Amino acid sequence: MNYTRREMMAIAAGRLIRDGDVVFAGTGLPLLAATVAKKVHAPRCVIFFETGAIDSPLPELPLYVADSRVMYGASVNAGLLEAFSILSNPKVRSIALLGAAQVDRYGNLNSTCVGDYHRPRVRFPGSGGACDGASLAWGFIVFVPHERRRFVEKLDYLTSPGWLSGGDSRRRAGLPRGGPIAVVTDLGVLRFDEQTKEMYLAEYYPGVKLEEVQANTGFELDVSRAVEAEPPSSEELRVLREEVDPQRLILGG
Amino acid sequence: MKLDDKLLPLDEAVKRYLFDGAHIALGGFTASRNPMAAVYEIIRQRVRNLHLYVHSHGQGTDLLIGAGCVKRVELAYGALGRYAPTCPRFRRAVERGEVEWEDYSNYQMVLRFLAGALNVPFMPAKTGLGTDIVAKEGFSEQARRDPKVARRKLAVMEDPFTGEKVILLPAIKPDVAIIHVQYVGSEGTVRIKGLRFADVEMAKAAKHLIITCEEIAPEEELRREPELNSLPGFLVDAVVKVPFGAHPTACYGFYDVDAKHLYMYYDLASSDEGFRRYLEEWVLGVSSHEEYLRKVGEERLKEVAATPTYGFKLGLDRRRPK
Repeated sequence: MNYTRREMMAIAAGRLIRDGDVVFAGTGLPLLAATVAKKVHAPRCVIFFETGAIDSPLPELPLYVADSRVMYGASVNAGLLEAFSILSNPKVRSIALLGAAQVDRYGNLNSTCVGDYHRPRVRFPGSGGACDGASLAWGFIVFVPHERRRFVEKLDYLTSPGWLSGGDSRRRAGLPRGGPIAVVTDLGVLRFDEQTKEMYLAEYYPGVKLEEVQANTGFELDVSRAVEAEPPSSEELRVLREEVDPQRLILGG
Repeated sequence: MKLDDKLLPLDEAVKRYLFDGAHIALGGFTASRNPMAAVYEIIRQRVRNLHLYVHSHGQGTDLLIGAGCVKRVELAYGALGRYAPTCPRFRRAVERGEVEWEDYSNYQMVLRFLAGALNVPFMPAKTGLGTDIVAKEGFSEQARRDPKVARRKLAVMEDPFTGEKVILLPAIKPDVAIIHVQYVGSEGTVRIKGLRFADVEMAKAAKHLIITCEEIAPEEELRREPELNSLPGFLVDAVVKVPFGAHPTACYGFYDVDAKHLYMYYDLASSDEGFRRYLEEWVLGVSSHEEYLRKVGEERLKEVAATPTYGFKLGLDRRRPK
C-alpha cells in the first residue's frame, strides 16, 4: 500500500495515544494524530486546546488553535486559564502534542530562535503554550521532521523543558511530573531511556535504513533497540485521508 | 447607565485613549478576534513607541510592529498557525533588532494579566522552570528603567509553604486594552461568544478599556442570560461599533478567517517592499474601516460569513492559493 512519510508520522503518533487520554493538541500534524486516534482506536480520548475549547468534536480540521472550528460543539468554551487548569490537573492524564524547530537528546525543545537570543539569525514564533504543555502535562509527544539541523547537540534556546540534562534533573528543577514520552519524526519513533533519559530509536518506518536515521541526527543515537514499525492499516489511512484531512490542508500533496 | 457618552467613532476612541509611548494590550488570539479595525486606525494616526502586551497573537501585532508603531513587545507567540508559521514583520523586526522583546509562555502571560486584574503584584507558577524563558532576559537595562516596566522579567524563589521552586511573574497593568467582541448591550454590558482567551483578565487589568463590537444589542436581551456575559459596562471606557472589525481574522458566530486575505498578507509582508505596498493599499490608503471593507468587497465578506449554528463557514476553501 502506498502512503507518504507524513501520513505514517501522523498515524505512528496517533498510536501513542491511549483511550481516555486528555490530549492538549497544537494544530498541524499533532491534531491529525489525535483525530486519527480518536476515530480509530481511542474513541474516549478528549481533545482540548490551550485557547480554552474542551472536548471539541471537530467537524472540520482547525488550522490554528483559536480557529472557530475548535469552538463548535465543545463541552466547554472557556479561556486560557481554564485550559491550563486542565493541563496541570493531577487527576487528568493529559498528553501534550508539541512541534518544535530543534530538539536535543533529552527531548528539550526550541521553538524560539536560531542563533543568539538577542541577535537571532532566525526568529520563530516562541513558546505559545508549548512550554506550558511540556512543563505541566502528564507527558508530552514531540513532532519534528528528522533533520540534522533539528536534532542538535545543544539547543540555541531552551523553550520547553524535556528531561533537561537527564537522570532526575527535571524533578530537581522543580517539575515533579511529566516529561517527553516520545519524539515522532518522518523516519521513526524515538523514546527515552528510563535511567539516563537519553533518546534512543525505538521504531523505524518500513523502508527506512538505520544509517539514514543516524545520518539525520546531530548527536550519537542508540539504535540497538530499534524495531520496524507496523505500516499503516487501510483503516488508519482511510480515516486520515477521507475523514480527517480530505482537503489535504496538513497532509499536503 | 446609558452608553451614549461612551459610544464613540473609532478615530475618536483611538485619539482619546492612545498616546505616544502608551502601554497597550490587544485581545484575541493569533487569527481570531484581533481588534484589527482599531489597529488600522492606530497606524493611520501614527501613534508611536507603543509597549505591547500579548499572549499568542498574530495579525494585529504584526501590523503594528511592521508599521513602526511598537518599541517593545512582551509576548508568548507571534504566528497564525497554518496562515503564518511566524508573523513576518515580527520576525524581521526581531532579527534586525528594530524592537525590544521579552518572551514568556502563554500561561505565564495570562497569569500576569490576572495579577493585573486582581491588583496583586505577581502570580506564582511552576511552568517554565529549567528553561531559557527563565534564564534569559530580553529587555535592555534602559527599558527596565521605564517605571511602567517590571524591574526584572521574573523571579525564581522557594515557595515558603512547601520549600519547592516557584516562578513569580510580575503583573501587567496596561494603559489601554483593546478588545473586539460580538455584542455590547445598550448600557455597556459586554458579551464575548465562543472562546474568551484571556480577554476578560486583560480588560480588567487595563486602566482604560476600548471595546470594538460587531453589534450593539438591547441591554435587556443580554441581561436575560447574564451568565453568558463577560464584562459589566462600568469597566468599559469606549465602545465602538465596527462590523467586521476583526477582519481578516475570525469572529466566532459572525465570520470566519479570510484565508485568501491572510495568505496574500503573508506573501506580501515577507518582503519590506511588499509590506509597504500592503500598508499603503489596505491601511494608509483608506480613511476608515468602512472604506476598507468596501475594498475587501461584498463578495468576499459573504464568502466568509459564518454558517448559522456553526459559528464558522462550513466548507470554506482554506487551501493556500497556488
